[in-house]
Amino acid sequence: METTTVSPAKEKWMAALGSSHEFTNGNVAVVMEQFDFPTTRDEDWKYTRVARIANETWLKSERVESCDLTPYLIPGLDAYTLVFVNGRYNATMSVAPTEQGIHISHETTVAHPRAEYKHFFQAYADAACTDVLNVLVEKNAHISKPVHFIHIITQNTVLAQPQIHAIVMPGSEVQFAESFVAQGELSSFTHRTLHMQVQDNAHVHWDKIQLETDAQFLMNEENVRIENNGRFNINTLTVDGGWVRNALNIALDGLNIEANLHGFYMPRRKQFVDNHTKVDHRLPHCNSNELYKGVLNDQSTGVFNGKVYVHIDAQKTNAFQSCGNILLSDDAQMNTKPELEIYADDVKCSHGTTTGQLDEEALFYLKSRGLGEDNARRLLTSAFIGDVLAKIQNEAIRDYVTHQLTQRELLFA
Amino acid sequence: MNLISINNLRASIEEKEILRGLTLDVKPGEVHAIMGPNGSGKSTLASVLAGREDYEVTGGSVTFQGKDLLDMPAEMRAREGLFLAFQYPVEIPGVSNMNFLKAAVGEMRKHKGLEPLAAKDFLKLVKEKAALVELQDHLANRAVNEGFSGGEKKRNEIFQMAMLEPTLAILDETDSGLDIDALRIVANGVNALRSPERSFIVITHYQRLLDYIVPDFVHVLYKGRIVKSGTKELAIELEERGYDWIKEEAEANA
Repeated sequence: METTTVSPAKEKWMAALGSSHEFTNGNVAVVMEQFDFPTTRDEDWKYTRVARIANETWLKSERVESCDLTPYLIPGLDAYTLVFVNGRYNATMSVAPTEQGIHISHETTVAHPRAEYKHFFQAYADAACTDVLNVLVEKNAHISKPVHFIHIITQNTVLAQPQIHAIVMPGSEVQFAESFVAQGELSSFTHRTLHMQVQDNAHVHWDKIQLETDAQFLMNEENVRIENNGRFNINTLTVDGGWVRNALNIALDGLNIEANLHGFYMPRRKQFVDNHTKVDHRLPHCNSNELYKGVLNDQSTGVFNGKVYVHIDAQKTNAFQSCGNILLSDDAQMNTKPELEIYADDVKCSHGTTTGQLDEEALFYLKSRGLGEDNARRLLTSAFIGDVLAKIQNEAIRDYVTHQLTQRELLFA
Repeated sequence: MNLISINNLRASIEEKEILRGLTLDVKPGEVHAIMGPNGSGKSTLASVLAGREDYEVTGGSVTFQGKDLLDMPAEMRAREGLFLAFQYPVEIPGVSNMNFLKAAVGEMRKHKGLEPLAAKDFLKLVKEKAALVELQDHLANRAVNEGFSGGEKKRNEIFQMAMLEPTLAILDETDSGLDIDALRIVANGVNALRSPERSFIVITHYQRLLDYIVPDFVHVLYKGRIVKSGTKELAIELEERGYDWIKEEAEANA
């Protein structure tokens, strides 16, 4: 694609990069040339407005800041903690794994550009990466404690573009948690990129908890490749945040793989939450399950775009996708688009998206037993997202998420 | 003094008038049966009293324990002691019966200025009240009415009533769809809850239920008004003679 005129947004963002383009090999200029800011004319960004991100100048934090970590720890969770402040890895605040079988290393730039870039933000994330953490889980290692990444924003107009590159070697098992938080009401743009290999017979569970505030923009991209007999679960739990886009690209690149993608989002006010998932079935005998639930209030907007590709070789695939939504207000909006492309003939695939209101009969039934309007609604919405909450395996994490929702009066206490 | 005093009540749904000047007084401890042909307004009366918003009250008044009932939202009516046993209890997937009841009992106690029940006491209460309607423990742990048989749903209604201890219970065709064993269980549950302070309005199409729940008064509703009142013998007469003679009498008097 040839870009002849560059948008003011791109110009501003490129200027913010300064001269510190950070590919050590490869030519960032060539990559950045290819793309401009996405617009709603681009199919992948049809319902995702980025103009508000473009208007601001976001700057990398040159220093590695520190702050009090206590408010962001998960009570009762005995975990290793890897802390990023404003996108910069803070080794002092972190408690890195000490046991055998897991190694963490830190780099400040992306050593290798990707083979292929799909849009402006991917290129920008590499060009202006804030820090990279490499995680290596050795063969047959069973990591005894969860590894908890905590991303904290402490300043306004911060550009945070941390990356996690993980290799989970054959036969190993590891549980990750990741939270995105802010020290009060701040503005920031975070684009966190994850590249992960789940190798033969490895098991990985990932709970992602998004807890930002209304003036923040949070983009997450997960690129996960799973090999033979691998198992990967990811829960995308969007509790709070002004603008959130999750892009999950999951490649099932082996036999007998199971991938489970679950998530909920409960936007309100003018919040925006976008879940783009792509599940790529390349080989036979694999299962994928997607379950997303949304409860949208006020003038919030949601997007669910679920792509499932089943390649011609991927016989005996089971791929299920479901996205259910409840609109609590007349001004809330949900855009759903399941996309199934199936080239194999012996597969079981299904998808279903629903968008509706709370059941009026059920509401009246609850009220007729003395429950107030708010409590009755909360009880019903709690039940609605309950099956996604139940997918959080770790009790301390589940309690924490439940507490965060309850505190925001989104859940029945 | 009347527990509830319904005076010349008029109500419509979608511009269609269903209740056309209904008057009924119920004193504490009394059981009133309301019978009548299909479409006479029996279920509308139950819905209007419980506060269903689909109905528009176009005239008359309802005084419940000295307060204006029609002025209260549904949840406030419940907290003040009014209970409706639904003709069609609603299934609520994902909401456990126990959480639901805990919330409901909690609201009632809060309204009365009482402390929340301790978990142990709550469970004890559940056990005791579930036994009244022979409701198995496992049903109490399931989602509200989900996958319950018709009989189980109706027993669950009476179980909830027992838990919430209303001063006025309205049973809306609680007998419909029940076999004789289930009917007896439900009726026994209701009878166990009869007391000098608690009143019942039993809406039914059939006299059969009234063999088990013996009413103090029987009223016949026709075209949105009570056209005849009597004692339990009236119910037996209706069973034998049907409603045509009532209709004729009513038309003649109109």
